[in-house]
Amino acid sequence: MTLELSHLTRRFTDYPALDDVSLEIPPGEFLALLGPSGSGKTTLLRILAGLDYPDSGSVRQEGRDLLALDARRRKVGLVFQHYALFRHLTVADNVAFGLRVRPWRTRPKRADIAARVERLLQRVQLDGLGKRYPAQLSGGQRQRVALARALAVEPDLLLLDEPFGALDAQVRVSLRRWLRELHDDLGLTTVFVTHDQEEALELADRVAVMNRGRIEQVGAPETIYHDPATPFVCEFIGKANKIHLQRAGRAMAAAEWNFGEAPWGTEVKRALAYVRPEQLELCASSAGPGWPTQVRHIYLAGSVAHLELDAPTLGQRLEAQVASEDLARLGLRAGMDLRVGPRRAIVFPSGDSPCTAAASKARWLWQHEAGADPAARLRAIPLDRKS
Amino acid sequence: MNVMLRSRASRWPQRLLRATLTLVAVAFMLAFLLLPLAVVFAEALAEGVQALLSSLARYEALSSIRLTLIVAAIVVPLNIVFGVAASWAMTRFEFRGKALLGALIDLPFSVSPVIAGLIYVLLFGAQGWFGPWLAAHDIRIIFAVPGLVLASVFVTLPFVARELIPLMQAQGSEDEEAARVLGANGLQMFFRVTLPNIRWALLYGVLLCNARAMGEFGAVSVVSGHIRGLTTTMPLEVEMRYNEFDYTGAFAVASLLALLALLTLAIKTLLEWRYGDDLAAHAPGGR
Repeated sequence: MTLELSHLTRRFTDYPALDDVSLEIPPGEFLALLGPSGSGKTTLLRILAGLDYPDSGSVRQEGRDLLALDARRRKVGLVFQHYALFRHLTVADNVAFGLRVRPWRTRPKRADIAARVERLLQRVQLDGLGKRYPAQLSGGQRQRVALARALAVEPDLLLLDEPFGALDAQVRVSLRRWLRELHDDLGLTTVFVTHDQEEALELADRVAVMNRGRIEQVGAPETIYHDPATPFVCEFIGKANKIHLQRAGRAMAAAEWNFGEAPWGTEVKRALAYVRPEQLELCASSAGPGWPTQVRHIYLAGSVAHLELDAPTLGQRLEAQVASEDLARLGLRAGMDLRVGPRRAIVFPSGDSPCTAAASKARWLWQHEAGADPAARLRAIPLDRKS
Repeated sequence: MNVMLRSRASRWPQRLLRATLTLVAVAFMLAFLLLPLAVVFAEALAEGVQALLSSLARYEALSSIRLTLIVAAIVVPLNIVFGVAASWAMTRFEFRGKALLGALIDLPFSVSPVIAGLIYVLLFGAQGWFGPWLAAHDIRIIFAVPGLVLASVFVTLPFVARELIPLMQAQGSEDEEAARVLGANGLQMFFRVTLPNIRWALLYGVLLCNARAMGEFGAVSVVSGHIRGLTTTMPLEVEMRYNEFDYTGAFAVASLLALLALLTLAIKTLLEWRYGDDLAAHAPGGR
């Protein structure tokens, strides 16, 4: 039941919503389409649902052309961001809708429908609320009714459009954990659209990062975070310090820091290095290797502390991150002079015309050689995302 | 403390202003709305209930009531069909000339009803464009029921559409898309999702349309020809009786129209009170 999307293109009057998008979705996968607004993720979802059609390209499922099927025959469950519940129907009637509109030959018996609705409401933890109207429910409850309604028609594919977008933060977190469990129970192929990277990284088996109608990178959340393929993904996912490199002789360097010889040869004069805040190493001595910096601010955010550093030789600010327990232990405070160097960086050549496709091929995963560090260096504890 | 004093000091002029404004508004209502309404009923009952009833039981009166009902019975369904179709097109599709369609829907509000009537005379009258052809085929439009229907349709055209368009715009098409993905066909989608969503606004539009169709005078007057018992609707009958110095008779029919207006007002108020949220507070504008 693998879903194959190939070369999908969709143009709206003035901009391309989808630009040659190809993607394979294996059965049972929980896939997130992640991107800023206007990146084409919702258009892609609507094409899968049959509510929109591409100008070119195909969607196939086991050799079957899905685009030839009308929305009502696709066996797709769709949950809208604003639920789109039928306000004149009770919760139970909403859930039963998809069964009741079937032609009478395939329509279950009245009692069977009632039983199935009851089961589904139990499934989404809303048993006993069947007689209520949508207006009498909270946002989280409405979202679960919408989910039950979509599941009632026993879809092959579940599509969720910003499913938690309209909910407040606490409900959102608990509902998404619950949704993940539900997905694991049902084993249904699920595609959901979000602009919230935390949501995508936490929930999905794979994340497709979209930008301007193109898929920038598809991969497991860990890959997306630790091994971003393009400059856009570097900037969109998590935080990253953007450092400009210049060619100096055969090597690439940024002020005091020499990155060594780049793999793409010597014709590239400039490059951009992305360094995550937790990949910056701090050194208290003012003579060590690295960029001389001064601590501007320390922002304590619960378990971690964000350090804002002025780096005059780079002519920019850097952001570093340490575990907040280490803050006192290392004696870090505002106004302190530190030496800062990257432990790991992702470097892209930056020409006059930045081309994402070429840049992703020329990506340079730079790592600082371990063991060469002087003992005086303070190790910033990297924050493990999963713990 | 200072603030409290000041607010108390400013309260008196404020109260005075409020009372004056209220009084002015109420006085206007009494003088221009309630007084005429009271006069209509008083005049109709001037010679007693018996005279009123017998005046209403006369052949021309009954015929004008019947004709008014027939015209409304044709015009209102036509308006529902047109109004729903036009609002659907306007809110669910993008097409060339959409702005023009919107302007055309509003046209009857800006055209004098008499001119609307004249247009039909010009088109279908004996000297009109289609006059000779119609005469040759023995089809009567002007000075007959079809003419009355045409004129009323023209005048009432915007009522349902203007009521539905803002509501359907606000509601968006997500509900309908949800229904389609759940497997509903076009008719199921319309009758199970769209219609329930717009039902109160539709009823509201129908109510206004009906009141206008039954009460229309100008356009209908031009195309009617005033043939007693054949082409006079109730407003025309009122005018004819009045011109014949049959004041009781004129006010008798007028009181029926006034009752219709009161009934419309009552139902409208009930709808607004009960389903105000669904109606989205959009009255048909621009008259």
